[in-house]
Amino acid sequence: MAGKPIEGEKRAFMTGNEVVAWAAVAADVDIMYGYPITPQNEIMHYWTRMAPKYGREFLQTEDEISAGFTTIGGVLAGRRSFTATAGPGNTLMQEAMSMAEMMRIPIVQVVTQRGGPSTATVIYSQQEVTMTCFGGNGEGARIVYSTSTHQELFDYTIKAFNIAWKYRFPTFVLGDGYQSKMRESLTIYDPESRGIKMVPTEPYMGNEGLPGTDRDPHHLRNTYNTEDELYGVVTDIMKNWEKVAPEVAEYQEYDVEGADVLIVAHGVVTRAVQGALKQLKEEGKNVGHFRPITLRPIAEDQLRKRAEKAKVVLVVESSYGQLKKLITDAIYGLSTPIKTFLKPGEGITAEEVVEEVNKLL
Amino acid sequence: MSVAPQMPKCWRLETKVHKFCPGCGHGLVLKALGEAIDELDIQGKTVFGCDIGCSLLAWDFFNIDSVQTHHGRTTPVITGVKRANPELIGIAYMGDGGGYAIGSQHLVNAASRNEKITVVLVNNTNYGMTGGQMAPTTLPGQKTETSPYGRDVDSTGNPTQGPEMVAAITPESAYVARGTVSNVRQLKKFLKRALENQISGNGFSFVEALSGCPTNWRTNAAETWKFIEEAMPQYFKIGELKVPGDKKEG
Repeated sequence: MAGKPIEGEKRAFMTGNEVVAWAAVAADVDIMYGYPITPQNEIMHYWTRMAPKYGREFLQTEDEISAGFTTIGGVLAGRRSFTATAGPGNTLMQEAMSMAEMMRIPIVQVVTQRGGPSTATVIYSQQEVTMTCFGGNGEGARIVYSTSTHQELFDYTIKAFNIAWKYRFPTFVLGDGYQSKMRESLTIYDPESRGIKMVPTEPYMGNEGLPGTDRDPHHLRNTYNTEDELYGVVTDIMKNWEKVAPEVAEYQEYDVEGADVLIVAHGVVTRAVQGALKQLKEEGKNVGHFRPITLRPIAEDQLRKRAEKAKVVLVVESSYGQLKKLITDAIYGLSTPIKTFLKPGEGITAEEVVEEVNKLL
Repeated sequence: MSVAPQMPKCWRLETKVHKFCPGCGHGLVLKALGEAIDELDIQGKTVFGCDIGCSLLAWDFFNIDSVQTHHGRTTPVITGVKRANPELIGIAYMGDGGGYAIGSQHLVNAASRNEKITVVLVNNTNYGMTGGQMAPTTLPGQKTETSPYGRDVDSTGNPTQGPEMVAAITPESAYVARGTVSNVRQLKKFLKRALENQISGNGFSFVEALSGCPTNWRTNAAETWKFIEEAMPQYFKIGELKVPGDKKEG
């Protein structure tokens, strides 16, 4: 077998989909299960070109339902496994993700958001926030990272595998069509060269020893017969989730000290907001930006602290209020008004953000 | 003098008596499967997946690592396991609804790809656990909760011929058979051959087992058996449909 995919560090200029494939190879992922849908296809294209060189596997399934469930199978066999999808494919994959939530299966799913509802566009949106964060039936728990640069796509794809296996919650990297298709500079690296140790995987099925003689068999199920039994299982999951959430929640802040207007945005829209901040600062405006990196769990305490002091919160997103719902929930009870700039399925520029902020000042 | 019942070694005694309805065929299919596993001595490396529906009651049936998944999704879960660890012997266990209706795309594609797994499908001509609705395998004229006047093939189609379909779309290295709980000895032979086909790395292995559902059929013991032995084989022919490099039986 060939050596490491990346020795040390390397500067690269590549598309987001290529970045994800490189990150997965670098993160020692064993197997990808996938089904074509735009705009994530090149993740599979690059993976299938690299995988054989490093002894990794790939299966192109018959649909996203199957891709989700075969990925679960890969994890059950104890392999670092992942899948990627978008739009209607994300919808289909939620069935498997729901099972992963119930059974605490460390599955990783990369989502490159496209327009919706339904087929919509294959280009870009931030309209898969609600589904990616809350797509399962019941109230399962899952971790969702929203990336804004190619560097983050690389960093958080690697991190997703470690967080998933450490905490045993299904973990998502939420990108978008812009990130998928645009090229950008970044540093790719061997995780070990930065002291990142990949969390070891272990099988849920097919372990050593004769079951029933040397050890108990592993009997995994997600069906429960009584209300009390289900109550116990779900309460246990949620208790564990609440304990873990503060350790997992990530965010970034820009110029938030003393900000009158607190702009909240995630993903690539963060970049437009940062551009706007620069201009607004030059104009002497008191504007800050809070960016949740994890959309689930959201860094609630930190966000409340900033929102409480602001005169107004402005939520900016390429969807019709999906982020706003998360923010409203997180800061419930504060008297700070929430304003929005919503562009479902359309990109947002720094100039537009400046204009929106100026309307509020 | 009482004689203890003969149970396969790989059965998990703690979960017996099993939870299937009295007269259900699942117990017989699982007994035949258990004996086949014992005889092949593969308990330690077998993984067992079951569906939603009556088959899910088998989730803790064996002293074998098992996973219960969603309706129709057992085939991809076991495919995923086997692809990730080809050393294991993967069994996907499901009913006719899981295999021929909601999960048919998975069955068709796993068969087409010649996945090295063994699928065991129990055909009882109706949806048992949800209360006896029409299944793809319901016989013409058969009454169910959603075909209360008898299945009308003009509007609902003919019973799915599963093994025939799988045999048609698999390569020569696949194994395909249909057995019945009314001939457990033969059924066990089919299951054993299906597992051997996987062990030798040949390809996809598929066994349909005709079985009874006296609860939803509303039949007594004698009538249940009559339906299994007389009505079902008229549509679903018993025997081996595909045996790599060997002589078919039946």
